[in-house]
Amino acid sequence: MVEVKNLVKVYGRKKAVDGLTFNVEENQVYGFLGPNGAGKSTTMNIITGCLSATEGTVCINGHDIFEEPYEAKRQIGYLPEQPPLYMDMTPKEYLTFVAQAKKIKKASIPSAIEGIMRKTSILNVKDRLIKNLSKGYKQRVGIAGALVGNPPVIILDEPTVGLDPKQIIEIRSLIKELGKNHTVILSSHILSEVNSICDKILIISRGKLIADDTPENLTKHFREGSMLNVLVRCGMETAIEVMDKLMAGLPASEKNIWSSENAKTDTHLGEVTRFKVPLYNENNTIEGKDIRDSIFKAFGERNITVLEMSPEKASLEQVFLELTASSTEEEYHEDEAEEEEM
Amino acid sequence: MTAVLKRELASYFNSMTGYVFAAFTIFITGIYIMIYCFKNGYPYFEYVVKSIEFFYLITIPVLTMRAVAEEKRQKTDQLLYALPLSMTQIVIGKYLAMAIVLLVPVAELLIMPVILSNYGNVVMATSYSSIFAYYLLGLALAAIGLFISSLTENQLVAAVITFVAALVCYLMTGLATYIPTDAVSSYISFAVIILLIGIAVWFLTKNKYAAGGILIVAEAALFILYLFSKTSFEGLLHKVLNKISLFAITDNFIYGIFDLTAVVYFITVIFLFIFLAIQSMEKRRWS
Repeated sequence: MVEVKNLVKVYGRKKAVDGLTFNVEENQVYGFLGPNGAGKSTTMNIITGCLSATEGTVCINGHDIFEEPYEAKRQIGYLPEQPPLYMDMTPKEYLTFVAQAKKIKKASIPSAIEGIMRKTSILNVKDRLIKNLSKGYKQRVGIAGALVGNPPVIILDEPTVGLDPKQIIEIRSLIKELGKNHTVILSSHILSEVNSICDKILIISRGKLIADDTPENLTKHFREGSMLNVLVRCGMETAIEVMDKLMAGLPASEKNIWSSENAKTDTHLGEVTRFKVPLYNENNTIEGKDIRDSIFKAFGERNITVLEMSPEKASLEQVFLELTASSTEEEYHEDEAEEEEM
Repeated sequence: MTAVLKRELASYFNSMTGYVFAAFTIFITGIYIMIYCFKNGYPYFEYVVKSIEFFYLITIPVLTMRAVAEEKRQKTDQLLYALPLSMTQIVIGKYLAMAIVLLVPVAELLIMPVILSNYGNVVMATSYSSIFAYYLLGLALAAIGLFISSLTENQLVAAVITFVAALVCYLMTGLATYIPTDAVSSYISFAVIILLIGIAVWFLTKNKYAAGGILIVAEAALFILYLFSKTSFEGLLHKVLNKISLFAITDNFIYGIFDLTAVVYFITVIFLFIFLAIQSMEKRRWS
């Protein structure tokens, strides 16, 4: 549906987008993630034809955005970071203008707009000036503008910014709904949002694509390194003893991860020990059982209470931080190397 | 294009701008009609028209300052870029809206000679030809204002620069008489003007080679021209300024001459500045 090939955008000396290549499939919701200044908005601007690219191509539904801009733009509805609203118009006038500019048949404009206003629930404010609307309503008018003409590709740059929780839920369900028969690309800082509404996630950092996968795969991939936090009511010595016995059955490579260094005694609560063990081993288990079962039973046999057992969840947030952090580090070293060469 | 035109018109008449522009011009027209036609009993409506030309200096910047600058500030230009419209359609849509707003006070001017003719003799031909020239002048200044508005994000800056540009046009002929007419000073003035154009090109394109190339070629051409015919440089600047001053060339219409070269000149200015405005908006996409 949207093919981005080797996209490069250079601002003066800075490479805002650096060789970005990805494919967006039909009727899916894509989440575009990245730290500030990663090139999300720039990429979206290029895809929608608002900006030129220094190199590379963008194809929307088979139309190149640079070669056939009108055909390509007709396939896209775009909501930029700041909704492009004319403050001196009412939502109804604004949407009519957008519809006329998109060359929708005159007769069908009123009904089309009515439908969009209902979808985005702005019918009750349709005759008020946009400048008098709250931020949430402005945002929704912006989204409505992107929906005019029922374009197959909808691109939303941070669509839920500035909305109250109820509106966020409404917009999210609207986006999900749209994803059924549109291709939606959205960017967001809110990772839980991307996690809950997107079918696919694209993470970019410093203008480069560093991950392109489903949210499940991304978190699964990174869950392997995550840890289990355990708090038990006993001294450190005892805890180490129990754990050592429990881990004895493991191959040596796995055992290394559990070490007494991880254990910490918290004295003011009495004799309690907090320690960490890897939650997921190679097969997720010790001798076919979840490690949590084994820990609970091992301490139970010694009549020691397990006060707390909580997995450190590898959330998308962690994945995101890890991915973007490593890439910035690499980049940093690359920059250094380049400087040395010069 | 019609969508943009409709929107712009609505914006002029949903806000005060359109009404204030028309009302102010009509008010000024009334004052001059009172002075020239009623108090002094001149049968020449063209005097009124020539006098109110001056007020374009105030009204044109008000009319044109928002055109593109406001779009940039409110980031609505992103909508225009993303819509399936060409930059030419957008700019011409905006310009036509201005042309229509300009027409409102002109329409009032058109009725005036007819009304005045009830009370005495009015020279109809010169009246209408001067109104025609007045409208053309407004269109040319509006094109300049539109271009200037496309250079900045700030309405006020756009308004001030447009005012200065119009003021320079207005004072050009008056100041021209004080310019020394000998060949050397003419040559120097042209050399400086070329230098300024070169700097402007560099400033707008940020391209050293293009600006430098234009500068060197133009200066060299000027120098060669100067070497071969010094005499033609005498008083040249004066002549050129008189020929290109937008305000001065409406004079012929007032004297009852339908000056076709002037019409062509106005149309050229309009096209040039619309073209430049399109390029300036197009450039934003490339920066």
